[in-house]
Amino acid sequence: MNLAQTAEVEEFRAEARDWLARRVPSSPLPSLETAEGFAAHREWEAQLHADRWSVVSWPEEYGGRGADIVKWLVFEEEYWAAGAPGRVSQNGINLLAPTLFDHASPQQRARVLPSMASGEVIWAQAWSEPESGSDLASLKSRARRTDGGWLLSGQKTWSSRAAFADRAFGIFRTDPDTPKPHQGLTYLMFDLRAPGVTVRPIGRLDGKPAFAELFLDRVFVPDEDVIGEPGQGWRIAMSTTGNERGLTLRSPGRFLAAADRLVGLWHGHGDPSDTALRDRVADAVVGARAYELFTWANASRFAAGETIGAESSLNKVFWSEYDIALHETALDLLGPDAELADGEWAEPWVFSLAGPIYAGTNEIQRDIIAERLLGLPKGRR
Amino acid sequence: MRFLLTDEQSDFARTLRSLLGSAQVPAAVRAWADGDAGPGRALWSRLAATGLFALAVPEAHEGAGLLPLELSLGLVELGRAGVPGPVVESAAACVLLSELADESLAKRFLPGLALGEASATLTLPGGSPYAPDADAATYCFTVSQAGVLRLAGAPAGPLRSTDPARRLSLPPADGGELLAEGPEVTRAAGVAWRWARLLTAAQCLGVGEALLARTVEYAKQRTQFGTPIGSFQAVKHRLADTLLALEFARPLVWAAALSPGPGEVAAAKLAAGEASYRAAMTALQLHGAVGYTEELDLSLWLRKARPLRDAWGTPSACRAEVLRSLTPRRR
Repeated sequence: MNLAQTAEVEEFRAEARDWLARRVPSSPLPSLETAEGFAAHREWEAQLHADRWSVVSWPEEYGGRGADIVKWLVFEEEYWAAGAPGRVSQNGINLLAPTLFDHASPQQRARVLPSMASGEVIWAQAWSEPESGSDLASLKSRARRTDGGWLLSGQKTWSSRAAFADRAFGIFRTDPDTPKPHQGLTYLMFDLRAPGVTVRPIGRLDGKPAFAELFLDRVFVPDEDVIGEPGQGWRIAMSTTGNERGLTLRSPGRFLAAADRLVGLWHGHGDPSDTALRDRVADAVVGARAYELFTWANASRFAAGETIGAESSLNKVFWSEYDIALHETALDLLGPDAELADGEWAEPWVFSLAGPIYAGTNEIQRDIIAERLLGLPKGRR
Repeated sequence: MRFLLTDEQSDFARTLRSLLGSAQVPAAVRAWADGDAGPGRALWSRLAATGLFALAVPEAHEGAGLLPLELSLGLVELGRAGVPGPVVESAAACVLLSELADESLAKRFLPGLALGEASATLTLPGGSPYAPDADAATYCFTVSQAGVLRLAGAPAGPLRSTDPARRLSLPPADGGELLAEGPEVTRAAGVAWRWARLLTAAQCLGVGEALLARTVEYAKQRTQFGTPIGSFQAVKHRLADTLLALEFARPLVWAAALSPGPGEVAAAKLAAGEASYRAAMTALQLHGAVGYTEELDLSLWLRKARPLRDAWGTPSACRAEVLRSLTPRRR
């Protein structure tokens, strides 16, 4: 057992660090949840892509560097330590791309992945429906067979960044007569500007307008945009949400960088006699380290050929609650200035509040942990 | 980078677990608490056969070398089984004596400790004045604030701990045989202290795992309102949180064993100690009234969790150490 990286990994780290030091914008970009910020972040994605830093873990033929999980984690650590912008392409890169690698045809990959890597096409996820959040299998939006493809009808909601994105992916009910709700679902991709799509932005808690609901009225999707076999959408989607909650949704690099900034804030604003607050700063430092090490252990399991299953729920609950605690500590350190909405910590604090809700609520994650990792009996939710 | 146990390390832990699983440890714990160290000593000699006690002793003195990771894995298993006695303190005493470049002291004490024929307890400067299990240990070492190492004379006691299986004694401040003194002793005591903290963290992890496992089993069997209480979401979520805390403490313990710097060790102790104590509180609540009884073996771990959380560094002391030992990251 060791935590030392190979010379090759350290070389990769040095190259990433050097590139980021030269290219990270000197002042923060406007929020990617606004129209202006979306455009600026799209431009940043193009810059990353030009030197093959936008999707380091992808094969080279799609614009990546073929980096393994260790190098990906190292890249993320450098990325966030350098203060680089948030990733507007993250829905596509983290959620859709792993699905395409696992389930799509070579033609689909060749058609979809390059424009995702460059930021030319930005993807929104379209999972949730007004009555289907945690109980996703209960979704009602339909896809009906038509000549050469499918016609989508229904409503999707809580779709991150859909107000400005180009395309979306989600699952739709193609067979309403199956005995179980998670059968008869199909995974497909569609154009957010296609005839029949209405995008209605929903202001988020932080006032940013990128969140949206989607109204779909006989939207045509060609067969080539169906991923995997029709009717297999649930199985395919679950492999994606596993990715989401597992390693790739929140890399430790982000929290290591945030904990580091928090320690700086403590040295600048902290009252040494306030040991309660001091203890919370220490907890944030330990939490970031614990998350980092937990991730390295999982990465080692991957490298050894193992897979991660329900353990990804541990990950999701941990980072989402950690994220809030860290930001709350920063706000408490700031005192009256914490209220200023444009401060360095206010926006990420509001953003952190969504963590326990999305990607499967933490109540659902705890049920998964209890039932699948501890073997407790299923019960009424 | 391979942050996973090797096959040998996993095998070693499994061997200990299976040995302890069949060793009727609870009976030994209860006897130990009543002042009869016989069954506990018998258990220790079985553990010695696995090489456990050699893991904090250099090879030159019958040891296996100083192997904090393997010893930590061992302590997780000892914590899980609830093994009584000053295991942590014996190992820390070995480290202390190994760190002193004093061949005659090493020759005199280390081989017996490495083979498990002898045991030791100790007090170190800045720590608790109470030596655990001095009445059962072969040796009781003390290091004073001024850096004086002594083999203490017969200590007074024992005093009752909230964990009956930890029998506390107050070694006489200046009594006993003078073994060594000076800055070298103070330095060696610092290293021994970090080992004691690390190994206690590992022991806490095992105690927490035992508490969780027993509570999960209970929640599956105990029914109320016609259904197992383990099917209630409120019960499930407390147990899920217990697992979460333990699973995120574990890699901190591994990392601290790999590189036992003050900050890493403090982080591990903080996380494992808190996780274990929370596991105890959850175990007590979910067992209900039966958990509040001495008859149930659960009480052996319930009463251990709090003293171990505070031994060799309270959470507050560990948090302060974490912040003190931070090296600023690159900005």
